[in-house]
Amino acid sequence: MDIIQKNLLQQVAGLHEVPIGAYNIRANGELDSRNTTANIDIVTKEDKSGIDIIIKPDTKNESVHIPVLLSKSGLQEMVYNDFYIGDNADVVIIAGCGIHNCGVDTSKHDGIHTFYVGKNAKIKYVEKHYGEGDGTGGRIMNPETVIHLDEGAYMEMETTQIKGIDSTNRVTKAELKDGATLEIKEKIMTHGEQFAKTDFAVELNGKNCSANVVSRSVARDKSKQEFISVINGNNECKGHSECDAIIMDDASVSASPMLTANNIDANLIHEAAIGKIAGEQLIKLMTLGLTEAEAEEQIINGFLK
Amino acid sequence: MLELRNISYVVEEDGQTKEILKDVSLNIDEHFVAITGPNGGGKSTLAKIIAGIITPTGGQILLDGENITDIGITERAKKGISFAFQQPVHFKGLTVKDLISIAAGKNMTVVQVCEILSEVGLCAKDYVNREVNSSLSGGELKRIEIAMIIARGTKLSLFDEPEAGIDLWSFNSLIKVFEKMRDEINGTIVIISHQERILNIADKIVVISNGHIESVGSKEEVMPKLLGRTAGCDVLKKMADK
Repeated sequence: MDIIQKNLLQQVAGLHEVPIGAYNIRANGELDSRNTTANIDIVTKEDKSGIDIIIKPDTKNESVHIPVLLSKSGLQEMVYNDFYIGDNADVVIIAGCGIHNCGVDTSKHDGIHTFYVGKNAKIKYVEKHYGEGDGTGGRIMNPETVIHLDEGAYMEMETTQIKGIDSTNRVTKAELKDGATLEIKEKIMTHGEQFAKTDFAVELNGKNCSANVVSRSVARDKSKQEFISVINGNNECKGHSECDAIIMDDASVSASPMLTANNIDANLIHEAAIGKIAGEQLIKLMTLGLTEAEAEEQIINGFLK
Repeated sequence: MLELRNISYVVEEDGQTKEILKDVSLNIDEHFVAITGPNGGGKSTLAKIIAGIITPTGGQILLDGENITDIGITERAKKGISFAFQQPVHFKGLTVKDLISIAAGKNMTVVQVCEILSEVGLCAKDYVNREVNSSLSGGELKRIEIAMIIARGTKLSLFDEPEAGIDLWSFNSLIKVFEKMRDEINGTIVIISHQERILNIADKIVVISNGHIESVGSKEEVMPKLLGRTAGCDVLKKMADK
């Protein structure tokens, strides 16, 4: 792994070196390195590009890192990763994709991650998307996450795109069975003329299942963002989605929430707020000694923290 | 320490000229100064002018003899002026620890933040990592606002109606905080307030009404007028009418 790839690895997975436990590092469309454990197996798919991550039932306190690194300009790939989480497991999965493009051709990573989370299993899934490089070629990423939560399963998903991705269409689909819980926290910042679309679709099928989708974003310069959230309450359930966006400069943000209650005991809420940084927030921080630019950065960093 | 020379502030409203402050001159050298008077009289405007949030249309502001009239909010803060808002500002994502650290100008440890929060009567561990948002009560936000001022430790601390919007229980606690600040904090404290209990602990009271200074003096000189024991009860009457 070269210095560029090591930097990407640090940005998307917080790794300075090979992680402990199970991991699969994909670099420029090929397997770079892999490790499995007694409880976590990683198998290369034979029919298409991607891997299966198989976690045994009752696996506790283990983690899997599956970062993807693209440093070759013009490389475009489509990857299918499937996660099979055994009943009663409790694990952390850290994904993420970094693109370094210093050329003129478009680099693109599309990935579909499908989770089959077993009964009463608990997982935390963290993914970061990051782009860099001084080339004129585009950096495009289209992640799709498909989630199947079995009875009593719990999934927390943290998805972050901080900088450097020119265009992204982020799709998340979920279906929940009885007593399942889904918590999604999304953070996005766009610059320049970047475009980011996020599209959540949640089917609350099980009795007493719940979903909480929270998106915070900052749109700067001339960037554009779209937020779509569809939650269908098909049983006695709770659903909440929240879109909170700071708009700056000549940016544009739209939010389209849609709630459908197909059961009288479905309890669904949506909140959306889009606006610029409040002047009183800037003034307050300036009275504490910050310049206006410093105050702005503090507010944004806090908002996306 | 702080000198206001002929400060005026005029605005245009609905095509008409309105004088918010008229030729206000004032010296503040005392440790604890209270500014009072009826609502709409110009008190908060004066505080914001001192903090640099509003630019006066006339007059000069001198801090330790230096003319600071034309410098901005940030520079005034760096020169030692702190300002506690009447309505504390909410921040999504910024925690109490974040704001106390910004106020102190350094990354504060949890222990250091706890010490400051304890000074304003907050059970620190419950608040250090709380977001400064609407989930906090008015009384809690006011105390956090005061904690930021304490963390700054500047030579001039301005408080704009700290009692506004809080319940009686919180107010009683707040009075104790200000009594403690008066006894333990160095520098000058200027509080805009309508509350007799705050006026009673002030070294000097300034009464502002209808855009100008109506009276200035010690509490022994000013309070009787405010309480209507002498002929000059017009201000008190206006305050009572609110």
